[in-house]
Amino acid sequence: MIFQGKSWKFGDDISTDHIAPGRLFHLRSNLPELAKHVLEDAREDFAPNVKDGDFVVGGNNFGLGSSREHAPTIIKLAGVNAVLAKSFARIFFRNCVNIGLAPVICDTDQIDEGDELQVDLGSGVIKDITKGIELTFSPLPEVMTKILSDGGLVEHIKKNQGFNL
Amino acid sequence: MGQTMVEKIISAHTDKEVKAGDFVVADVDVILAQDGTGPLALKQIEKMGFDKAAIPAKTVLFLDHAAPSPKKELSNDHMALRSFARKTGVNVSDIGDGVCHQVICEKFLNPGEILIGADSHTCTGGALGAFSTGMGSTDVGVGIALGKTWLRVPETFLFNITGEFSKGVYAKDLILHIIGMIGADGATYKAMEFAGPTIEKMPMTDRMTLSNMAVEAGGKCGLIASDEITREFLAKHGRGDKFVVVQADADALYEKTFDIDVSKLKPTLSFPHTVDNVRTIDSPDCAGVKIDQVFIGTCTNGRLEDLRIAARMLKGKKRHPDTRLIVTPASRDIYGQALAEGLLTIFNDFGASINTPGCGACVGVHQGALGDGETCLATQNRNFQGRMGNTKGFIYLSSPAVAAATAIEGKLADPLKYL
Ligand code: SF4
Repeated sequence: MIFQGKSWKFGDDISTDHIAPGRLFHLRSNLPELAKHVLEDAREDFAPNVKDGDFVVGGNNFGLGSSREHAPTIIKLAGVNAVLAKSFARIFFRNCVNIGLAPVICDTDQIDEGDELQVDLGSGVIKDITKGIELTFSPLPEVMTKILSDGGLVEHIKKNQGFNL
Repeated sequence: MGQTMVEKIISAHTDKEVKAGDFVVADVDVILAQDGTGPLALKQIEKMGFDKAAIPAKTVLFLDHAAPSPKKELSNDHMALRSFARKTGVNVSDIGDGVCHQVICEKFLNPGEILIGADSHTCTGGALGAFSTGMGSTDVGVGIALGKTWLRVPETFLFNITGEFSKGVYAKDLILHIIGMIGADGATYKAMEFAGPTIEKMPMTDRMTLSNMAVEAGGKCGLIASDEITREFLAKHGRGDKFVVVQADADALYEKTFDIDVSKLKPTLSFPHTVDNVRTIDSPDCAGVKIDQVFIGTCTNGRLEDLRIAARMLKGKKRHPDTRLIVTPASRDIYGQALAEGLLTIFNDFGASINTPGCGACVGVHQGALGDGETCLATQNRNFQGRMGNTKGFIYLSSPAVAAATAIEGKLADPLKYL
């Protein structure tokens, strides 16, 4: 899978409260509506302007906090195919895989706001087209790649009528 | 080579001996979801085409985050959860019954079991010697339908705890100290295991406070070996027969070991907006910090012993006129006992607002959202920006003792003189 789009930069410790805040708890069963507020507590300009194919680029410990899967889900609903960060919180990382949003661990210090990126999940290469540089990342463990390539855990279970990992 | 606690428990739930780093599909024993994550789990179950629960007697849907419901959308979510329960026979823990992590330990979880929960603080159950971890709605939906989950067996960090707590210092201060020391991502993907002479003597309520906050260091679980104290806890809740010993082998392989002497600790706080941003109460940064709202409750520190500490300090006093106090017992049992012991009368006379058992103000849904620029000292486990309903609020975290002292003085305060 190869994705191309623009980078939106975020800092360290972006929590699920930044992504899908508790004050909007009542919108959780209305994900398209909740998606209009995605990451708004970190950057107000993101939700109204993000384009299909853009990337969320964070720092350390991206997605820490609550287990709310609504957080990665609304990032995906906003049109984002992959989140790049120096490191991820565990539950968020797992949720990304399960819902089919690619989590990529790489040195995001090299990427700036607005850079045009091409991310190749299979080969583990990120091309920063704006800067003319390449970054590499380790592909996901096999079990996660399987789930991700089936389109997420729901599709994996449907296809196999159970786990086939 | 021996096994860690987490390797032992996961091995017993698969058909092979596992070691850290292995990926497995394991059987689960107990499953929970709450009113924020449950509705999405049910949708995923429907999408997969399932309509039954694999282990209904040990699957529990909690109406605790918005209890009672403050909005019609959430009332509709509650209806969906209740209706799924009627259809499949899973349990509902309804409004007023309490916070999921407290109730699951009181009524459902036993040592050696695997609990998966659609809530990050599911790690609380590690205090009972169970492998207990938080996941998302899809994972838990799959768990409800199939009674199974996929896992990567984590490496373990051992925390060897020694020494006696000084007066005014508690398990909460210890766990805030640990998170301050290793950082909010210091144990990411790792199992944390708490052991040593101090843990062996530690009451269950304090063990739960430690395990509860494992996730705030990035941990997958916060395990404590089961022992006599675990047995007594189970017996008190009518499950004495479910006791089994779960402990690591003496030659288990740990990725790292940390030695901590608690006699050196002081009352510890987290400053806004991250849990690892810690100070001790004697730090100059604490001096004169005015607090608008004090909140005692949650799955971290809303248990009977916590309420007893606070009540002892507040008895016969009045709240600071500029500071409000919210008290939310973690479960109906705790509420009942606090009522019987007269603790709620003490809080009421002090000028507190006492809320329904549940999450209350913790997650910014209702019952205590902050105003612009307001400060809150809470006994909860996280202080992220926006957590209590307002990105312009400032949340500090502490033990119930620091919280009670602060409610008296209206500014961050050392509990010592009130103990
Ligand atoms: S009390 Fe707070 S931390 Fe605990 S489950 Fe409820 S919202 Fe989560």
